[in-house]
Amino acid sequence: MEDVLQIKTVSKHFGGFTALSGVTLSVMRGERLGLIGPNGSGKTTLINCISGSLLNDEGDIHFKGEQISKLPAYQRTRRGISRSFQIPRPFRSMTVLENLLVPLSYVRGITGRQADEIAEDILKGMGLAYKMNAECSQLSQVELRKLELARAMAAKPELLISDEAMAGLAGAEIDEVLAILFSLNEQGITIIMIEHIMQAVMAFSQRVVCLDAGQIICEGTPKEVVANEYVQRAYLGD
Amino acid sequence: MRYWTACLVIVLGMSALAFSGINNYFFFAGFVVLQAVVLATAWNILGGYAGYVNFGVPAFFGAGAYMALFLHLALDAPLIVQILGAALLTGIIGLLVGLLTVRLRGIFFSIATVALIFIFETLVVNSRYLGGATGLQLTQPDAIFFDNYQRGLVVLMTVMAVIAVSLARYIQESHIGRGLRAVRDSEEAAECSGVPTLKLKLLACTVSCALLGAAGAPMPMYLSYIEPASTFNLLYAISALAMPIIGGMSHWIGPVIGALIIASLQQIVTVTISSELSVLVVGVLLVVFVVAAPDGIVGLVKRWKTSSK
Amino acid sequence: MIFSVDLLIEAVAFGILLGGFYAAVSLGLSVAFGLLDIPHVAHPAVLVLGAYGAYLLGTYGFDPIVAGLMLTPLFFALGAAFYRVYHFTFESRGDSAAVNGLAFFFGIVFIIEVLLVIFFGVDQRSAEAPYIGGSFVMGDMRLPYRLLVAFAVAIVLAAALSAYLSRTFYGRAIKAVGQDESALRLMGANPVKVKQLAFGIATGVNALAGAVLLIMAPVEPTMDRMYIGRTFCVVVLAGLGSMSGTIVAGLILGITESIVLMFFGTAWAPAVAFTLLLIMLAVRPQGLFGR
Repeated sequence: MEDVLQIKTVSKHFGGFTALSGVTLSVMRGERLGLIGPNGSGKTTLINCISGSLLNDEGDIHFKGEQISKLPAYQRTRRGISRSFQIPRPFRSMTVLENLLVPLSYVRGITGRQADEIAEDILKGMGLAYKMNAECSQLSQVELRKLELARAMAAKPELLISDEAMAGLAGAEIDEVLAILFSLNEQGITIIMIEHIMQAVMAFSQRVVCLDAGQIICEGTPKEVVANEYVQRAYLGD
Repeated sequence: MRYWTACLVIVLGMSALAFSGINNYFFFAGFVVLQAVVLATAWNILGGYAGYVNFGVPAFFGAGAYMALFLHLALDAPLIVQILGAALLTGIIGLLVGLLTVRLRGIFFSIATVALIFIFETLVVNSRYLGGATGLQLTQPDAIFFDNYQRGLVVLMTVMAVIAVSLARYIQESHIGRGLRAVRDSEEAAECSGVPTLKLKLLACTVSCALLGAAGAPMPMYLSYIEPASTFNLLYAISALAMPIIGGMSHWIGPVIGALIIASLQQIVTVTISSELSVLVVGVLLVVFVVAAPDGIVGLVKRWKTSSK
Repeated sequence: MIFSVDLLIEAVAFGILLGGFYAAVSLGLSVAFGLLDIPHVAHPAVLVLGAYGAYLLGTYGFDPIVAGLMLTPLFFALGAAFYRVYHFTFESRGDSAAVNGLAFFFGIVFIIEVLLVIFFGVDQRSAEAPYIGGSFVMGDMRLPYRLLVAFAVAIVLAAALSAYLSRTFYGRAIKAVGQDESALRLMGANPVKVKQLAFGIATGVNALAGAVLLIMAPVEPTMDRMYIGRTFCVVVLAGLGSMSGTIVAGLILGITESIVLMFFGTAWAPAVAFTLLLIMLAVRPQGLFGR
């Protein structure tokens, strides 16, 4: 099993504040990794460093064996890393379908009729096809989350990072999104999931990593991590 | 195909008119309106499609005019070379300003473009070769096809307007246009969807500024006279902004509609009342549209169409 | 160009006073743009409006500074009302309206300019006061009284504003609102009301700063164009949100302009502010003291 993503002693500072400190983590191809930690622990910063929205100050990030630490985000996406955003960021001037046409043309170079068909297929897989030509303002929360994932999928990623895709959703909706993530993983996509909803993390992840104050404090199976005293202290306070 | 037919009709139509006996004022007004179409369309490529507000249209327009003048004085260059030279210069300046400011917030790009107006005007005023503050008189070359040189320039402006609008249309309907819209809607999401945001913004900037310079290039020849105060006139700044916003920034036809309406309105008000009032009218219309109808006339038409279904 | 140390010293002294003036006229922008992130390119136009207001009151016999103080509450109220409109029209629409916000303020600039031309004409207007016209003679240098007055007002204004922002609850709320709205809500302050207060203050300051502008030199309707560069140069040089930085930045600009004016003539002086601005954006966009 090779490592698709290797993060070595990555640090990120914002002025005097250290968001990430010496984070080292490897992700295997096809793995389902859960990333947890209290608010402000650096989860989103780490994701931003992986996706390229931020550049790490120290350390290296390798993807499929290639050093990507200095690459701008769009080049990382073209190499196979996709992400969804914690607060959905759809392209509001475009319809649902058109949102997917952007990565289809810019990542995969597919336009025209073929692109429309592929986009429709992806939306069908997400259960969003009926809203294909809708404006983004007409979508509900869970539909927006699905659109985020659909758009990330349109880039045909090998690694998908889902940033709190289930935050604020109700029970049945959580199951819907979870099912989508499972099916994507079955297609061979490595998935890193950031979530606060513990049942989802436990159900989904093969391995869980917990961050606190910019450092990894625990790594292991979901059961191990949740039982870990450092993790409990991080979430509940001393 | 219908589009290109329409363009051909317009160019041929204008050429036919140029041969006819219509009085010269028609051509003067036509030149002003066509120039407005080019300026508005050029502005919108960066402003409407990419979301960067160029306050310094007079700087690029004036730089184009003075570059044309320079090429004429120094090399006796034909008009077409002047135009290309002007576009090249202003395109490069646009690229440099973009490189400087595009990583910062949009307002810094806008302020930098204002800076250019003052810097360029100061450079010209201090240059004896380019005429300084008092300006230069020029002799128009002999007219080739038409009765007088000015009519020929109006036909040229028509061609330039067609080129500008066609360029805007191409950008809008291609994946470049969609990429720019993605950048405008959410830059971060666009990057993560594979859009090279920096490159696209710089492309829009360069193309937009090159067109602005090209629009300015025929001015010295057209007026037989050039001087900095009117060339770097701030009026171009507000018009070039108001026309696309009022017309509608999302579609290439918006700046055309806006230019036709605003340029005509400006002419009418200036001639009947005063030029100050025409600025006031444009300013008020701009504010009203920005507040009440930000999608412009194009947006209003779209809404009317969907509500009457 | 004759270079002499005496001339240099005089240029620097003049520049310091000029710099104080530039700082005074930029304070409002420091609050509106530096702290609140509002693309207030109409700030110089409002400044000129304040100057004309002071002029108008001057025709009734009021001293410019007094006139400025009288106008401050009116400008404060107008600013607060204006912000309400701006907020509901633009800020609540989301960030794709950034183009519209900028265009809006640009439109306001031209409307103000033209209205001033229509009501006051294009001729220059000046104020009369005992301290306008005379100079303070120190050795070989002549320092115009009006510059000293402008400098004094600038220091007082900056000190007052700085103290308000760091020592009062609402002042600190204003400082915080640009950075962390949610924290502010937790503290019990309504971010929109705080921003309204801040914009009101920024506009009110412009009334007094406008009066100083009138004291400094005759005013005419298009002079706001000269000050777009200077005020934004000062605010960017200072670093967004730094009041004391505004004074330092103003001094830097004033001294630089004064030296250029002294040794290179009036032709290049207006370009100084813009050139400094561009250099700053290229080299250190967060300014000298910025966050």
